[in-house]
Amino acid sequence: MKVHVDMNLCQSHGECVFAAPDVFDLGEDDVLTWKEEVGEDQRAAVEEAVQVCPMAAIRIEG
Amino acid sequence: MSTAAPIVIVGASLAGLRAAQALRKADPAREVVVIGQEEHLPYTRPPLSKQLLAGEQEAEHVALPGGDLDVTWRLGVRATGLDRRAHEVVLEEGPPQPYDRVILATGCRARPWTGPGAELSGVHVLRDLPHALALRDELRAGARLVVLGAGFVGCEVAATARRAGLEVTLVDLAAHPMLPLGPAIGSRMADLHEGEGVALRLGVGVEALHGDGRVNEVELADGSRLPADVVLVALGAQPNVEWLEESGLTLDGGVVCDATLTSVDDPDVLAAGDLCSWPHPLAQGDRIRVEHWTNAVEQGTLAGANAPLDPVERAAHVAVPTFWSDQYERKVQAVGLPGLADAVEVVREGDGKLVAAARRDGRLIGAVAFNDVRGLMAYRKALAAGEDVPPPGAADDAEPAPLANGAR
Repeated sequence: MKVHVDMNLCQSHGECVFAAPDVFDLGEDDVLTWKEEVGEDQRAAVEEAVQVCPMAAIRIEG
Repeated sequence: MSTAAPIVIVGASLAGLRAAQALRKADPAREVVVIGQEEHLPYTRPPLSKQLLAGEQEAEHVALPGGDLDVTWRLGVRATGLDRRAHEVVLEEGPPQPYDRVILATGCRARPWTGPGAELSGVHVLRDLPHALALRDELRAGARLVVLGAGFVGCEVAATARRAGLEVTLVDLAAHPMLPLGPAIGSRMADLHEGEGVALRLGVGVEALHGDGRVNEVELADGSRLPADVVLVALGAQPNVEWLEESGLTLDGGVVCDATLTSVDDPDVLAAGDLCSWPHPLAQGDRIRVEHWTNAVEQGTLAGANAPLDPVERAAHVAVPTFWSDQYERKVQAVGLPGLADAVEVVREGDGKLVAAARRDGRLIGAVAFNDVRGLMAYRKALAAGEDVPPPGAADDAEPAPLANGAR
């Protein structure tokens, strides 16, 4: 599955980092980084990240 | 109990939407009915005091994804009672809505000004989308805005209005803004607003609003009078539980639930979001209510997952609360229950960033950060694990860290 984040929406709340720490991370100055291609074992965690993102910036494809 | 009746969610905002999504995910075939008093499909409220109020967003931008969910939306419909014996939600108009199980998610409303002058035009509250659009129409550069209440909404609107070129006065009975975050944070928020040109009137109450049809003056308890073109009443929120008063459910300001968000009186009734009063481990088992966005997400999701299950199979809600506020270029974020702390200690500060630890009886109970999500994450993880984050250098020092704000 693919993970998309709309960086025009992202405001670095960090909710996704807490929900799915193996997929999302915050770099210098709290800018979000993430793995674009992740395995099925991360689906539940990424789905939770989608739900808790205050900006509704995360989308799963596939 | 009939299984023919649907699972009904009362309240079509964030918690209700997340409950509906969780129910649909758990059982694609189950009939789900969502009753909402507002005409709108679920929308997200945080931008109402910020991007939408500033004119950077319009109503369509605040719609929450999920409005196309395959459930029955009954919008513009007001619930007036819960008949638990009949298993029905009583509606203002039309026949009652039968339920198998029901999730209560009617949230809060803005607490109004009830003193003199409440009837004047130009006096606003901010909770719902129409409120935000009405207030936005009046935020013209050069106008004088007086904000009653320096909590989250009051501070955010003050920031938005200041950036829009209004003259802003922020009034609160408390000695500093954002009272629940303690004086160490509050004094820094006061400095921020003053630096941006907001006039602060703290430690003083409001006596009356004056005007002739339209508000033109705010009278404070010390006798001073503030000229006003627009007034925002931001005195907090009150739970929408009055409709449940005849239901026999135990109410303590919210709906009294157990750890699984199930009513202590009725296993077929659950609650989620602002009106849910449930025991939290961080409060040492005391019941709390949390009026924040992320709590509505987490409780809605859990209540939706729990509702179809037998009570003994339901999971407990133990998530650590998180919340935020954007004011000017500062993102204030908090985790845990800093409002219950007796000491908030600034751990590090500089370069526009800050991290502070909130403790109660020496135990970590929350943390607050400015523009430092990464700095907050260690505290969030510790709180979720029931651990502490020692202050820097604590390993070399047997003495407990000083309490920075002298709250004890």
